[in-house]
Amino acid sequence: MDPEDSRMTDIFMIAALITVIIAFGAMVRLVLGPTNPDRVVAVDTINTLTVAVMILLGVVYQQYIFIDVAIVYALLSFVSTLYIAKHIGGEL
Amino acid sequence: MIADTFILILLVIGLLFNALGVIGLLRFPDVYTRLHASTKATTFGSIFLCLGVVVFAISQYLGTSDSQYLMVITHTIIAVFALAITNAAGSHAIARAAHRSGQKPDPAVVDKLTEAGL
Repeated sequence: MDPEDSRMTDIFMIAALITVIIAFGAMVRLVLGPTNPDRVVAVDTINTLTVAVMILLGVVYQQYIFIDVAIVYALLSFVSTLYIAKHIGGEL
Repeated sequence: MIADTFILILLVIGLLFNALGVIGLLRFPDVYTRLHASTKATTFGSIFLCLGVVVFAISQYLGTSDSQYLMVITHTIIAVFALAITNAAGSHAIARAAHRSGQKPDPAVVDKLTEAGL
């Protein structure tokens, strides 16, 4: 690939790194969170950011299978969020 | 190139909204306002990050006409739809569970959901 493409993938790499730093900010709420629903909100936020990071890294490393992994990750994190929500609401 | 500038603008918008969502998650007082900030802002920001990837793949496809970039475009759009639908439904489930577990909004005056007996 030509140098201009590598400059673009550098931009995607920087975006992925900043998103990971933002996800660590959400992890503070995961540790501190006074109640369990707060922690579930933090986990949901981290899952969303992880999907974005997977798609960006798939472009950076030219491994486009990462995008398929991101789709499956989004659906599985939805299932786990629903399960934890059922548990917190006392419906299991 | 105009595509590079466009991708940069989309990525900056996405990162800005992701950062605002996490700042709201850290700063707001109770679980409902945290849910409001983090879910909507991070969904919007992630959609814009994925749009940056889509614009990059479109510009690569127009340059090289390699068919793997069409796969990247379609799969990224599928991922965006999965993200948007599951985040909306999941945040609704979390809010309902938080209300059922006895959490009240921070300065709660009236609670119509409990009055309705749901």
